[in-house]
Amino acid sequence: MNKTTVVGAALVSCILTGALVGVGGYTFIYAKGASYMTNDPAACANCHIMRDHYDAWLKSSHHAVAVCNDCHTPHDFFGKYYTKARNGYHHSWAFTTGWFHEPIQITPVNREITEAACRYCHQDIVDAMDSDFAHAGALSCISCHRYVGHMK
Amino acid sequence: MRESKNAARNGDGGQRRLLRLLAVAIVVTGLIAFAVTALLVNIFERKQEARNPFFRVVALTDDTEDPVVWGKNFPQQFDMYSRTVDMVRTRYGGSEALPRTPTDADPRSVVAQSKIEEDPRLKRMWAGYAFAIDFREERGHAYMLEDQTFTQRHQKPQPGTCLHCHASVYTAYKRLGNGDIVRGFEKINPMPYAEARALVEHPVTCIDCHDPDTMQLRVTRPAFMEGMRAWKASQGIPDYDVNRMATRQEMRAFVCGQCHVEYYFKGDEKRLTYPWFNGLLADAALAYYDEVGFADWTHAETGAPMLKAQHPEFETWNQGIHARSGVACADCHMPYIRVGAMKISDHHVRSPLLNISNACQTCHKLPEEELRERAENIQSKTFEMRNMAMDALMAFIDAIKEAQEAGVPEENLVEARDYQRRATFLIDFVEAENSTGFHAPQEAARILFKAMDHLRHGHIALSAPPAPTIVSSAVHETP
Repeated sequence: MNKTTVVGAALVSCILTGALVGVGGYTFIYAKGASYMTNDPAACANCHIMRDHYDAWLKSSHHAVAVCNDCHTPHDFFGKYYTKARNGYHHSWAFTTGWFHEPIQITPVNREITEAACRYCHQDIVDAMDSDFAHAGALSCISCHRYVGHMK
Repeated sequence: MRESKNAARNGDGGQRRLLRLLAVAIVVTGLIAFAVTALLVNIFERKQEARNPFFRVVALTDDTEDPVVWGKNFPQQFDMYSRTVDMVRTRYGGSEALPRTPTDADPRSVVAQSKIEEDPRLKRMWAGYAFAIDFREERGHAYMLEDQTFTQRHQKPQPGTCLHCHASVYTAYKRLGNGDIVRGFEKINPMPYAEARALVEHPVTCIDCHDPDTMQLRVTRPAFMEGMRAWKASQGIPDYDVNRMATRQEMRAFVCGQCHVEYYFKGDEKRLTYPWFNGLLADAALAYYDEVGFADWTHAETGAPMLKAQHPEFETWNQGIHARSGVACADCHMPYIRVGAMKISDHHVRSPLLNISNACQTCHKLPEEELRERAENIQSKTFEMRNMAMDALMAFIDAIKEAQEAGVPEENLVEARDYQRRATFLIDFVEAENSTGFHAPQEAARILFKAMDHLRHGHIALSAPPAPTIVSSAVHETP
């Protein structure tokens, strides 16, 4: 194996990697990839699927106290970014392929996250209720207070 | 010598391995780059979708009647609108495409099933009236003009009034009224049907509900404007102008209410009139017809002065929980759907039972099957009540005929015939209403119950000396 071959191979590899990083990086910026690391609700409406929910949130009772992430991701660092990553993957797949149910529906896992988020802030009230209704199993906040975050 | 050969072979082998590795790297990187670029383009397309999607390629005026022209600016809406040709059954409604042999008089090769053949009791209920001759299940909007043009009901002469709701008549009204649709309306109403039919070309089109400049909803039908004015006046609101005073959400029901209502042809001028002077309830309409002494026809078997109720969807919806919750006709019959990034009203107007995901699930987070069962549960119970009422009505017609033959005094017969008129109108109010009770289940049940009460009083009137009977008139209308 002579030196020229190795250098040539290395060069080809570098060009390939560079091209990939370039195209990937451009896609990341063009798709506002960095915005998904933030807490800004506008990021969730980058795709127009969430436009109605975002508009509805702007008019909602929780608008002043909670953003999307407060109700739709867990309140710990790893849980939050794991949930963002998992939902991000599923949403990208659905939006890219167009294979999803209309109107969109929350998954059981995400419903539990939201349920937990209600309790995270309203724990004092919920404790009192849970002890009163302990025999009936866990009560769901959002089965009645479905519209506090957004109408749909 | 041998060693150096081996070394060379090893060198060759290493180079080949390296080249193979490189080739694999190129293929893998190529595939990844391919996928990333595809994603990039997809994101680009999605972003394009979200841009303003409206392209004005033709100028629309207040005289542009042809929906094809409007469709050039609004291809998606036009495409959906064109699909009202579909003939699909639901459990209690919808239409079936039945083949028929075209004739010169009636060139239709497909018609909907006949309701009077399906349920011959209807023929007897309407004996002596045009509906006993021909009455088929309604087809989609696309057929409204064709089906009216060729119905056998024309064996009894019909006026131009009919076109108010079976044709895109807005521009014709304007033409004949020199710009004043009410004057055009007054001119076309008394014309013989065939003469008026020559003035129109299309079934309901874009211009009947939309302002051509702003695309805002607007009411174009004089009878609805006048009906609403009368109804609002009865509630103490003077000079109600629907186009000026209705909210956007109200308009999403009012444009449909222009036609999906009970009506009658008033006087010799055949002025289309909605009987809303005392309110929108069936009882209120009946009271109005009594006040003005109107009858649609005389019953062929009993001689009773009869009333025909016609598709009171708007009135019935007004009594239901959906209306009370601010849900308009369009929310369920033309629900929003996503086309690319656009949210548009589905102009394929149809039964929500054929479109449960968009029509119901936007608000009701339940499986489709559950929602269908809920709706059909209401409908099957209403249908059961309707059938009992129909049987009771047939028995009452028998009873009046027997009483006539037996020489029961005319006074008793007059009273009994009045009960026949009332009961028939109320039963018909539910029967003709295109939701089999769904639009307002309790109201449909109340109407049928009241009809049964009238029939009960009718039997008493036939068998006893005439005595003042009291029919509950305490009716509370939902505001």
